[in-house]
Amino acid sequence: MGSDAVPGQVSAMMNARPRPSPTRGPISLCCFAAVLTLGPALPAQAQSQVQAAQAAQQGQTVDFSGTWANRVHEDWVERAPGPHIGDYMGLPINDEARAVADTYQVSMQNMPERQCILYTSQYIVMGPQNLRIEQDLDPVSGGVRAFRLSGTVDRPPRTIWMDARAHPSPNSPHSAAGFTTAEWQGTMLVARTTHLKAGLVWRNGVPHSDQATMTEYYTRHGSVLTVTMILEDPVYWEEPFIRNASFELDPATRVLPEPCEPQVEIPRAAGEVPHYLPGANPYLREVAEMYKLPLEAVRGGAATTYPEYAKRLRTSYAPPDRCPVYCCGGTGQAAQNDNKASCRVDAPPAPASATPAR
Amino acid sequence: MRRLLHALLAVTVATAAAAAQGRGGAAPQGTPPTPPPPTARASAPIDLTGYWVSVVTEDWRWRMVTPPKGDYASIPINAEARKTGDGWDPAQDEASGNACKAYGAPGLMRIPGRLHITWQDDTTLKVETDAGIQTRLLHFGEWKSTGPATRQGDTAAVWEMRPPRGAEPPPRFGSLRTTTTRLTPGYLRRNGVPYSDKTTLTEHWDLLRHPGGDQWLVITTIVEDPTYLARTWITSLNFKKEPDGARWDPTPCLAK
Repeated sequence: MGSDAVPGQVSAMMNARPRPSPTRGPISLCCFAAVLTLGPALPAQAQSQVQAAQAAQQGQTVDFSGTWANRVHEDWVERAPGPHIGDYMGLPINDEARAVADTYQVSMQNMPERQCILYTSQYIVMGPQNLRIEQDLDPVSGGVRAFRLSGTVDRPPRTIWMDARAHPSPNSPHSAAGFTTAEWQGTMLVARTTHLKAGLVWRNGVPHSDQATMTEYYTRHGSVLTVTMILEDPVYWEEPFIRNASFELDPATRVLPEPCEPQVEIPRAAGEVPHYLPGANPYLREVAEMYKLPLEAVRGGAATTYPEYAKRLRTSYAPPDRCPVYCCGGTGQAAQNDNKASCRVDAPPAPASATPAR
Repeated sequence: MRRLLHALLAVTVATAAAAAQGRGGAAPQGTPPTPPPPTARASAPIDLTGYWVSVVTEDWRWRMVTPPKGDYASIPINAEARKTGDGWDPAQDEASGNACKAYGAPGLMRIPGRLHITWQDDTTLKVETDAGIQTRLLHFGEWKSTGPATRQGDTAAVWEMRPPRGAEPPPRFGSLRTTTTRLTPGYLRRNGVPYSDKTTLTEHWDLLRHPGGDQWLVITTIVEDPTYLARTWITSLNFKKEPDGARWDPTPCLAK
């Protein structure tokens, strides 16, 4: 694949250039030529159309449209079956975020009134779902007016506006998709999202607030699309949170639809809301004990994401003798959740202690 | 009207052709010869030099510590790789002088640490790591190795950028693509997930300019290994630019 990266990219560049349609071509070209020659003599509307065509030609350099298969080749455990309760490893969160996440109970998600709450747009790099991107072309200039990103299962559809429109007022409603505009930096698309609703970053309760914003960088190298997201949240995150997701262009990939129909999965008494009160979640130490990690390491924080922290751990850390769970997850080598698969060799982890974490 | 437009088009095309001839047509006699193309260093669309620190927000449990034996999650390995990985023995690696098997090019950049990137000469970028004290050389242009396979392999480098149109100035945006082959066998992960000497490593090095002022280096990494991988392994790595080398801390390879 590596060897065809350049031709693929060049081909994408070529395809991305706006081309006149066969029927309108000569006329459009003539108008363009006329403007070059006559300039100010043309009506303002014609000039603006030509300017739009020029801007589109100079601007768009890569075509991202197509169906992209998510290659979950990092953090498969967290992105596919989902993270363990209390697993905040690698997340630069603060104590406020921990306090919120510690009260989380997975059963919250199957309450009928919560089943169809979508993850917010940051889930593009956190979840395992595939992606479809379509171009919305300006019928006059041929330039890209917007990119439309598919919603899927629990992620909202999105529009990335390319027409330099302004973001709404800070008081405008927030949504799971948020409001996104973008510009080109060479062949890289840089998108900025505001107006996000508060949401979950990980499926174990790690939150972001409605003050969170995100910047995304879309880079295409041949048939590989890398999406890098930087999430900034003054409420719950100590530092900007950077994550990547890699996708491969694959027309055969299925992008699951997004409609959601809530139904009762677990009968509950009226008014009952699954939760843990602060300090009462008995599972917060489970992942630390399973992997013999210090509790502070699994509780996250910016300092734990730098090499200095790895050096600190190295002096004292001894891993379990064998991998305890999901050892072949995402490898294609074993049934993903089958505890009898040969990749899982020992008994399930012992029950967690009930001592509250920090 | 149609006739008028066609006439206008013909005039414009002729004018454009004349202008193009003036810019790039045959040089008149007596003009100096065309200067040589700029070197890789001079034509770099992005500046990758400096100190970069890995920020481990992905695969934390598999990178910040050595994961347990037999933990292969996320890597599309085949049965042969599992068999080999199940036999991982770090003590034996250390005793046999192979403590650096996880520090070959396909695994090196995933180990938490810092990069120091400099130009060794006009056609060679040098990437040093403080973790494991390794050096990778990225060669531009016509370069061919004659020696044996090595831990860091042979790396060919190419700038990828949109060619300037007409009189546009040189592009300020672009990407570096490197292809590494002729590797000695090593580990993709520190718990002995193997790669073979048939491995090809393709990396795309992109520079991200964040509105807050931070600069990030994101390396999209594609590993192909017909011996141990069932399909290509695609990951991406983040490095944040640091102002200087104050935190540079060379540390020898660790087998475990």
